[in-house]
Amino acid sequence: MAKKPERPVHPLTPAQTWWLLATGVAACAPLAPQVPVWLAAVAAGAFLWRAALAWLRQPLPPRWLLILVTLAGTAGVLVEYRTLLGQQAGVALLLVFMALKQLEARASRDGLAVVLLAYFLTLAQFLEDQSIPVAATMFGTVLVATAALANLADAQGQPLRLFRLAGTMLLQAVPFMLILFLLFPRVQGPLWGLPRDAYSGLTGLSDTMSPGTINNLSQSDVIAFRVQFDGAVPPKREMYWRGPVLTVLDGRTWRPGNATLARDLPYAPVANSPGYAYTVTLEPHNKPWLFALELPETLPNDAFRTSDFQLHARKPVRERQRYAMRSYPQVEHEAEDDFTLAAARRLPGGLNPRTRALGAGWTADGSSAAQRVQRAIDFLRNQNLVYTLQPPLTGQHVADEFLFDTRRGFCEHFAAAFVVLMRAADVPARVVTGYQGGERNPVDDTWVIRQSDAHAWAEVWLEGSGWVRVDPTAAAAPARIEENLAAAVPAGDPLPFLSRQGLDWLREARFRWWAINNAWNQWVLGFNPERQLELLTRLGMDSPDWRKMTAWLAGLSGLVLLALAAAMLWRRPHHDPAQRQWLRLTRRLEKRGLPRHAWEGPQDYAARMAAELPAAADDIRAIAALYAGLRYGNTPPDALAMLRQRVAAFRP
Amino acid sequence: MLATLRGTLKERFAAWALRTRSPEPVPIVLTQRRVYVLPTRGGLLYALSLLVLLVGAINYSLSLGYGLVFLLGGLGIVAILHSFRNLAGTSLTVGAPAPVFVGDTARFPLILHNADARERRLLRLFLPGQAVETTDVPPQGSARALLPLPATRRGWLALPRVTIETVWPLGLVRSWSYAAPALACLVYPRPASAVPMLENATPPFANQQNSRLSSDSGDEDFAGLRRHQTSDPPHHVAWKTAARLGPDAALQTKQFSGTAAQALWFDWAQLPHGLDVETRLAILARWVLDAEDAGLSWGLRLPGRAIPQAHGPAHVHACLKALALYGEET
Repeated sequence: MAKKPERPVHPLTPAQTWWLLATGVAACAPLAPQVPVWLAAVAAGAFLWRAALAWLRQPLPPRWLLILVTLAGTAGVLVEYRTLLGQQAGVALLLVFMALKQLEARASRDGLAVVLLAYFLTLAQFLEDQSIPVAATMFGTVLVATAALANLADAQGQPLRLFRLAGTMLLQAVPFMLILFLLFPRVQGPLWGLPRDAYSGLTGLSDTMSPGTINNLSQSDVIAFRVQFDGAVPPKREMYWRGPVLTVLDGRTWRPGNATLARDLPYAPVANSPGYAYTVTLEPHNKPWLFALELPETLPNDAFRTSDFQLHARKPVRERQRYAMRSYPQVEHEAEDDFTLAAARRLPGGLNPRTRALGAGWTADGSSAAQRVQRAIDFLRNQNLVYTLQPPLTGQHVADEFLFDTRRGFCEHFAAAFVVLMRAADVPARVVTGYQGGERNPVDDTWVIRQSDAHAWAEVWLEGSGWVRVDPTAAAAPARIEENLAAAVPAGDPLPFLSRQGLDWLREARFRWWAINNAWNQWVLGFNPERQLELLTRLGMDSPDWRKMTAWLAGLSGLVLLALAAAMLWRRPHHDPAQRQWLRLTRRLEKRGLPRHAWEGPQDYAARMAAELPAAADDIRAIAALYAGLRYGNTPPDALAMLRQRVAAFRP
Repeated sequence: MLATLRGTLKERFAAWALRTRSPEPVPIVLTQRRVYVLPTRGGLLYALSLLVLLVGAINYSLSLGYGLVFLLGGLGIVAILHSFRNLAGTSLTVGAPAPVFVGDTARFPLILHNADARERRLLRLFLPGQAVETTDVPPQGSARALLPLPATRRGWLALPRVTIETVWPLGLVRSWSYAAPALACLVYPRPASAVPMLENATPPFANQQNSRLSSDSGDEDFAGLRRHQTSDPPHHVAWKTAARLGPDAALQTKQFSGTAAQALWFDWAQLPHGLDVETRLAILARWVLDAEDAGLSWGLRLPGRAIPQAHGPAHVHACLKALALYGEET
């Protein structure tokens, strides 16, 4: 019994080494800014080392050295992240392996490992960023990796041919990708607990507010959410996107109160008041709250409402979420319970004595709560307060120092000081955080709300009117509300880049870019199970479920496969014109039951046919002679036309 | 144990795949229905990686992750088609294998034809358990592969089942097909290395006046030059004379006295008794080769068969063939 031939070990050729190196670099380079500098340096060093060895045709470093470096790299990751299991640590480890696999790749087997690692690293990029440029990078990386794979199978392949082959194959793979993307039944992740450091890069409002919290966000151009209005659009100054409500003042920090779950709507829209319908596409911010215009009437799926009128998702928002809402700016409140009102009057003792004295002074003359609110607004307006992105640092008595000493502050100072003042004047008040305003993109008519639109305002309880919104910032810097941040702050304050004036052409280009991005976010990145159902229903699939999707998936993929296979495998039989005529003749004779034998040449066949069909003998002989002459001899130029004529006229 | 099972299954499959076609007439067209496709080890690893990537994409809800996995999945499917097309439609004819001696390696020439306008890359051909021959087939052209197979016994060595496979373009998918063209290589008996007559001088040429051993004249006996004829063996050309006379002069052939006159008979029956069949054949083969080398004429007598005296390559072949097939043909 002959034994199986040894599986041959193919050492990597220099060309294969370069391809693998290119694959490694293409996969690692986009991750470089995310990992610690030392790790990026180690990876770059390993790549350069490999390149130098390949260039100088030196042997690879000994295995013990590589094991040592791998251990050192792993230890470095462990020190850096304090774990090996987290998401970031995992990405870092992948990078270490990729860099060192390059130095260890000897055979084409190792080459496959490099390519597969490159795929994993490409996926790792998406953890941080899934924008359009990253998607383009993905195609680039996959192209290089595929060419490298082709080079592993075909060591003699020329770079250009490999690229063309890889490009062709990827283009042919795209239809499958689209069908799968559309119809592969989506599952809402996560499948299991995510590492604790997942989503650490997400920004957004926090559930506490102390001086500086919102100020931090004001420098960020990151998009918080996008809104598409369906019908009427409220004026910009009315656009208060409600977020966390903070009732408890704890020293310098505001915290949420003990809000309970509200089963029914605790307010009702005022009859005949305008309502706004819109759709919010919320960026992940790793906190449970959902933003809506004040005050929302509807409730998104899988969300609940609290007694202080916040919307909460059941889980922290960790992927882009889309929900349709309806809001009414004018509402009638039911009575508020005493417990909530008491909490909204409470002030910690010993803090802000001057503000408290001021507020307490207003209670003596028997004025109504509404009058006291107006008095506070007037006070703020007359205090010459400056709205600035760079408020001076304050000590324990934040409100006192802001109102009487520094007189410079950001919206959080305004809101906090106002609420303290109101509580001192015995008016229930609380801080509301969220976003104010937004920017309309004229290209696709979407409103974009950025982190720099983060805002804090106040709410006071007035008997008979319910909770009334008061924006103290508007008193000092009306431009902040009417226009935008840039208009409100004094010239010279650093502004987020996109808020700066005088870059109109740039803004125009940006608007277009955002519109494209928005479409990308909605249709590609936001393509979750709900979106999939929605789209498939709109495309005419009747109550789609995973069974139907799978059936369609299989059917459509099969069709594409068939079409592709037919296009690739179809071979046109090639006949010259004379041969085509000859075949016509033989087909006719075949129908008469006189097929040509495989071994018969034209003359032999003609002779046999002439004997079989004496009536047509002359014709057959003439045709055969013409054909034989055309094929094998030297014939006059009109012989083909004659052959064509005679075959056409031939009726056996 | 597992390896044995795998081997058995493979054989079963190959037998089924070839069905009743073995051996089949050429040209053999590797039609689409006889080309099989399965992932390679690398392809399985690739699929497994895609599965892990998919789980990752689901877990972290990475839409682009889905995109990546689906693109790579599509690439895998496309690789199947490309690999399949690379092989399907190839046709196969055979050349005549040169006869070899037992112990040498027979080389079966297979000719691959490509009717398509596209090059067929890296087709690998091998016989069970033998080394792999790799070849490209140019568009609308053909390429030849020589499949080695050790010749272990004299007679006709039939070409066993040929496997033709390709993992082009990505190495993830293997397309393969079997073919069993009717082709056999003649295997001559291995000539005995130590010719017994040298020692014991038993009379192989005993019926001749000038046995090869006792001959003083033989082919060594130079008898003059004559004008060269194309049919003369090259080693009888008077190269030294040619060198002296220059390139324009006609070649001369050395003539040896007695070459034609010394008509030998190698006779089976005259070999010592007690020698077994294979040894006899080996000795006869050695004599045949030596006689040809010496420029002698000889005849061969085997039981029930005689080949008249002659010399030259065709005669050598006829004699060695008779020896190779001794006892096999009826």
